[in-house]
Amino acid sequence: MKKKDKIIKGDVVPDDKYKEESWVYSEIVKDHFFNPRNVLLDDTYYKADGIGVAGSPACGDMMTVWIKIDSKTQKIKECKWRTFGCASAIASTSMMSVMVTENGGMDVKKAMHLKPQQILERLGGLPDRKFHCSVLGDIALREAIDNYFQK
Amino acid sequence: MKPIYLDYAAATYIDPRVLKKMVPYLKGNFGNPSSLHLIGRNTKTAIEGARSVIAGILNVEPSEIIFTGSGTESDNLAIFGVAKAYKSFGNHIIVSKIEHKAVFEAAKKLGKEGFEITYLDVDSKGLIKLSEFKKILRKDTILVSIMYANNEIGAVQPITKISKIIRNFRKKHNSIFPIFHTDACQAAGALDLKINKLETDLMTLNSSKIYGPKGIGCLYKAEKIKLEPLIVGGGQENGMRAGTENTALIVGFAEALKLAEKLRVKESRRLKKLRDYFIKRILKEISNSRLNGHLIKRLPNNVNVSIGGVEGESLMLMLDREGIFASTGSACTSESLEPSHVLLAIGLLSEMAHCSLRFTLGRKTTKSDIDRVLKILPKIVYKLRKISSIKR
Repeated sequence: MKKKDKIIKGDVVPDDKYKEESWVYSEIVKDHFFNPRNVLLDDTYYKADGIGVAGSPACGDMMTVWIKIDSKTQKIKECKWRTFGCASAIASTSMMSVMVTENGGMDVKKAMHLKPQQILERLGGLPDRKFHCSVLGDIALREAIDNYFQK
Repeated sequence: MKPIYLDYAAATYIDPRVLKKMVPYLKGNFGNPSSLHLIGRNTKTAIEGARSVIAGILNVEPSEIIFTGSGTESDNLAIFGVAKAYKSFGNHIIVSKIEHKAVFEAAKKLGKEGFEITYLDVDSKGLIKLSEFKKILRKDTILVSIMYANNEIGAVQPITKISKIIRNFRKKHNSIFPIFHTDACQAAGALDLKINKLETDLMTLNSSKIYGPKGIGCLYKAEKIKLEPLIVGGGQENGMRAGTENTALIVGFAEALKLAEKLRVKESRRLKKLRDYFIKRILKEISNSRLNGHLIKRLPNNVNVSIGGVEGESLMLMLDREGIFASTGSACTSESLEPSHVLLAIGLLSEMAHCSLRFTLGRKTTKSDIDRVLKILPKIVYKLRKISSIKR
């Protein structure tokens, strides 16, 4: 009865409703959105071996990626980024940065061929319509690697 | 932590006084209003009572109110209904560029079916240009649809002035055209709805924005106007909308509108103060932020801002985690992945349209709610700007 009274009283949001399970994104996306990994807050003194940009503000998603590469092993030592965009854009860049730096770093050649689907899988999926517009991390990464090889 | 709901333009809770009126028709009085026996007559009486209440508020005849299933349906009935009924008289229709999708998409569909649609521009504040409107009126214009108040940016259009232009045009050409429809879903409870003042031929209202139940709306249709119905069957609603009436929803809608009208002046004054305080502080305390829409000619409860360098959906979801519920015109929340057509129509760059955030205030909103948002919002903006790739 108490519950019913509460709703009739006109509470905007009854306390027992609206728990987190109704989120449109997976728990992993949510985690990376609220706690993004490898963000480069200030690039003033950051000495990157390669820089890449993907997307545009007009499209609603844009990201910059900075990488450091071990010249001997040709593995990605660091992958830093900043992203303007929706939750899935932020989370997917964050996840990409983890994927290429974990386990001692990804081989540059392998990283060149990183597919957005691989990022998607690690994120535990994304709503269909979000996938194409917001998973741009691989493009920015490729740009950064190209940039490294051009140097 | 008390949740702060600031999305009243999307949906309102049902006022307990409204719910109380509805309950008898959900529990006991189940009759079909078309039945001639007592059980049917009971619900028929309730529906006609509700119709009279709404007609009274609009200052029109009860027979001029058609109940429908939503604001969207009313808009569709007005647009398609007029277009189909008066097809032989003209082929031209005018709608503003900032109409609700229910009007916008209906017009677009007619455009594909061979009607000529003119999308009337608005200025940078979201107000239609009257001089331009005068110029685009044509002898074969059968319908004009311009919303009373916009759902996204709250812009309030000069409906009486538009009516006057239309009246003069009709006089000059000795014609009954164009017919004038306005979508007043967001205006109810905030602005004057009297048809003798607004002088529109058709007006859409709905219940879910005024603390009434969802799934019920109405269309005011001046006696002399003909419409082709969207739904045919048993001839309910004067043949304009077939289907057994939902008595509880109709009764709830009428009660909600009655209350909204009763509280209108006082509540609008209260909300305006809160709105202006909110806007002023956002613009002052968050750099590179701008107000979307007109400062004064806007709904008392509408705050729509763009915050540079921060995408709207991210902002909204961060607020959501803090128990603050708002909305955005960013592409990321729309099915089309296009930013809001309204924000683009007022000349906002896509970039800033993606950065929009809408707060709509309501009966439960207090100053301390706004103060709490003002405490949290700058922190979230700071956080998102720090990780944003756009220079700020």
